[in-house]
Amino acid sequence: MYDKLIFEISQPNRQAYSLPETEISGVDLPASLKRQLPLDMPEVSELDVVRHYTRLSQKNYGVDQGFYPLGSCTMKYNPKINEEMASLPGFVKMHPLQPEKTVQGAMQIYYETSQMLAELTGLAEFSFNPFAGAHGEATGLMIMKAYHLQRGDTKRTKVIVPDSAHGTNPASASVCGMDTIVVPSTPEGTVDITALKKVLNDEVAGIMLTNPNTLGIFEKDICEIAELVHANGSLLYYDGANLNALLGIARPGDMGFDIMHINLHKTFSTPHGGGGPGSGPVGVTKALVHLLPNPRVIKEKGKYRWLTNEQSIGSVSGFYGNFLVVVRAYTYLRTLGKENVHHVGYLSVLNANYIKESLKEYYKLPITGLCKHEVVFDGLISEKATTLDVAKRLLDYGYHPPTIYFPLLFHQTIMIEPTEVESKETIDDFINTMIKIAQEAEANPDLLKTAPHNTIVRRLDDVKAARNPIIKYKDIV
Amino acid sequence: MNKYFPHSEQDIAQMLAKIGVSHLDDLFKDVPSHVLHHGPFRLPQQLSEIEIRDEMAKIAAQNKKLISFLGAGSYDVYTPSVISALTSRQEFLTSYTPYQPEISQGNLQYIFEFQSMICELTGMDVSNASVYDGATATAEAMFMAVSQTKRNRVLVSATINPRILAVLKTYAYFRDVDLVMIPMKEYQLEKAQLGQLLDENVAGVIVQNPNFYGQIEDYTDISEIIHENKSLLISNVDPSTLSVLKTPREMGVDIACGDGQTLGIPLSFGGPYVGFMAATEKLLRKMPGRICGMTNDVDGKRGFVLTLQAREQHIRREKANSNICSNQSLMALHTVIYMSLLGKKGLHEVAMRAYHHAHYFFKQLLATKLFEQAVKGPFFKEFVLKYKGNPSLLNDYLLKKGYLSGLDLGKQMMLFCATEMRTKAQIDDFVKKVEEFSHVR
Amino acid sequence: MSKVLDNLKYAPTHEWARVEGEFAYIGITDYAQDSLGAIVYVEGGDVGDSVSQFEEFGAVESVKAASDLLSPLSGTIVEINEEVIDEPELINQDPYTHWLIKIEMSDKSEIDNLLDAVSYQKMAK
Repeated sequence: MYDKLIFEISQPNRQAYSLPETEISGVDLPASLKRQLPLDMPEVSELDVVRHYTRLSQKNYGVDQGFYPLGSCTMKYNPKINEEMASLPGFVKMHPLQPEKTVQGAMQIYYETSQMLAELTGLAEFSFNPFAGAHGEATGLMIMKAYHLQRGDTKRTKVIVPDSAHGTNPASASVCGMDTIVVPSTPEGTVDITALKKVLNDEVAGIMLTNPNTLGIFEKDICEIAELVHANGSLLYYDGANLNALLGIARPGDMGFDIMHINLHKTFSTPHGGGGPGSGPVGVTKALVHLLPNPRVIKEKGKYRWLTNEQSIGSVSGFYGNFLVVVRAYTYLRTLGKENVHHVGYLSVLNANYIKESLKEYYKLPITGLCKHEVVFDGLISEKATTLDVAKRLLDYGYHPPTIYFPLLFHQTIMIEPTEVESKETIDDFINTMIKIAQEAEANPDLLKTAPHNTIVRRLDDVKAARNPIIKYKDIV
Repeated sequence: MNKYFPHSEQDIAQMLAKIGVSHLDDLFKDVPSHVLHHGPFRLPQQLSEIEIRDEMAKIAAQNKKLISFLGAGSYDVYTPSVISALTSRQEFLTSYTPYQPEISQGNLQYIFEFQSMICELTGMDVSNASVYDGATATAEAMFMAVSQTKRNRVLVSATINPRILAVLKTYAYFRDVDLVMIPMKEYQLEKAQLGQLLDENVAGVIVQNPNFYGQIEDYTDISEIIHENKSLLISNVDPSTLSVLKTPREMGVDIACGDGQTLGIPLSFGGPYVGFMAATEKLLRKMPGRICGMTNDVDGKRGFVLTLQAREQHIRREKANSNICSNQSLMALHTVIYMSLLGKKGLHEVAMRAYHHAHYFFKQLLATKLFEQAVKGPFFKEFVLKYKGNPSLLNDYLLKKGYLSGLDLGKQMMLFCATEMRTKAQIDDFVKKVEEFSHVR
Repeated sequence: MSKVLDNLKYAPTHEWARVEGEFAYIGITDYAQDSLGAIVYVEGGDVGDSVSQFEEFGAVESVKAASDLLSPLSGTIVEINEEVIDEPELINQDPYTHWLIKIEMSDKSEIDNLLDAVSYQKMAK
């Protein structure tokens, strides 16, 4: 297995770049301004670089090569036409500060994507300035807080989240200077309305929900929850991580949500890139549009313009978010069109329920009944191995494991989200593998406990990594 | 059906049967019926690939490609061809965050290399795996200082990019952090004022180098009084200048942050770029975002994992250092490949080329006698000049000639930039057009 | 069932205190170290810092969790256990021998607010 760092293949005087001849020469900088520390950067040839990173890529696993059933991540196919469009020079070579009349095409992308997302979600307008889902959440909560402050209400400093919430929810509340109140779920996995009523008071700015929730269950009481929360003078925030289940079927705006974020890299097929760049556009009802971060794209007399307004929460990005990611989402939306959006909701939910029915003899199903786009199991029925062991054994079969140990409501959680792009054959293969692993756990649990066996590295010592962190090359020379 | 959905009618029927329902609609029977969306969506009709290409070409044609003499936070830099060939590989492009390290060693290793190179450029001890952009990186650094010192005021130099300042103000407002500006004098930080503003409430001081106006500043002397005050010094830096300029480490900076756009990332209408954060050893556990560490597997093989995750949102939740979940991974890879290709010599050569071209540009503009010098201090690749006419009209004229001219700062001040991409011919032509405009008037 | 020592006092948040005259040694219980898993880092404040009963004075981190440390008693830190800072795994090995901080108590009556071994054991099941 190739095991070199780029620094380890460096040889003096190799180079991998070319610059044109220049006729301009000039004086050197004054010595007092110059760097005195040596600069130990690699010296490699172009082929060295290409081989090095190609070999690194071979130590990875992408959606293009196999099933990736990570719950709440929506690892769907990343269409290649999206990549082609995002690399058009007319998009790539635009400076963000170019005069409006020279970037009408770019502004059109923002404007029209906002309109399409608004139509799909039932809200009024979206800003693409947030760079990722968590960033969108923080932005949305800033809008929530600003809404109350503008009304002259300074008491509303708390946000309610269900106990099934993703960690970014309470963390985003903290980023905005708000406190979190956790409300428990019922045994059916939905928000406990009785408990909710107890915590609603004049200090509550709003509630953050995802629907379906992180257990893959639709919050059927959502309308009642919305009424209660609104009657309390609070707002509803929708965490769009699970929007895939509802795309083309139902709209958060119609359920009473006031603010939401979307993860373009989940629901709208833009690539995850190994951890970014994503995009977390934030959408609001008409009453809150003036609070969206600056600047926004508006259309005036057929022309697109930037609007910066003083009432806005301010800026959350240096420029306008991840524009080239939005170009991909736009392309995807234009590819699907009104004829196809509902297939996303129907087929993602079909695939998840099919998996649920097929595995419930082997894996504990804490919540029976229909799920939506993802299904949550609580470990092996036999309990002969842990969820971690099952996940590591799945690696041996060439799969990326589902999400494990989240949500925190159960102890051996396995969260499986197939998405709508997977065929019945792919899903049947996965089901058969999961069943095989369950059977292996009964017959020979050690096989799981010492897994993975077939990967290029086996279980890694993360305690060692945390105790004495080695986080750069110089730490080891 | 559309090519993205593989299910046949038969597949659907078989799966519904297994589930025990008869129609796809039955899967949503727990959704209140008045919430279900009935009827078509007001969206455009679907487009085939051939039509998409046409449509997008039309939209892209509405954007004009210009030759840029404008910086102000986004720079026209050289992007080597190798980069997109590698970053478009599916294993990098379509993979998820490396939470399962056994099958993510590729991602983890390049993150480790990124962290190493950022530390090398800045001279700092530790770096994270990248954050969203330079502006949010600076805001995160602000919160690190507040958290570390348990104080609530942050001083910010007036020489910082106004767009970064806007983000700092927003984040500070919602967290009740008190931001106070340190005035500038002749486009440099007014150091005497800093001394007066430092007190036991100050968590940190934020500066930028080169600053928004292109000026190179040396913060070594102020780092001493800042540290005596038990505050942190945070510097937003342009990484492409660090092969040449005195590093944050050498100046006594505690947190170096900034945007990696100048490391080969195209203009992209503002994004995606990539933020980086590097700090002294003792701030390691206060760093937001992902961090990759080296370790061994059960067989003793070297490997990499995400580490120190207990500080992060998915574990620490409301007590996390930040709410950040993703990073800008693929853009970090972009810059790692750039830094590998250019290497020690190339980074230096590209930086000096930008420096020389900008200085040539500066001289040529002054030689027209249409500008007055507005700064005395040293600059890197951006500079401020006072135009004797109307900058807005000048810029309109230059725009018609295909040039993106300097930023109109008001009061006839203009911020110009020349990177390694601006040739002598382009610079000479731009200057000629400036003269033409003035004679035409 | 996790281990408890009879001569110690306990906070419901799984810290223990061993009172010796005017001073108290403070650490985390067996239940805490077991829940955390392998401990990788401890941060306990500095000598001279004041701590308040049931308020945060530091944090302890494992690979999968990070927990605030809440002081069972109020006072001023007079000593930090450097051994444990360097080798946090010692806490997993023996959480009762390897204390974290030693304080000079400011209000001995606060001891009454703590649990004894039997009450804590019941609670920590």
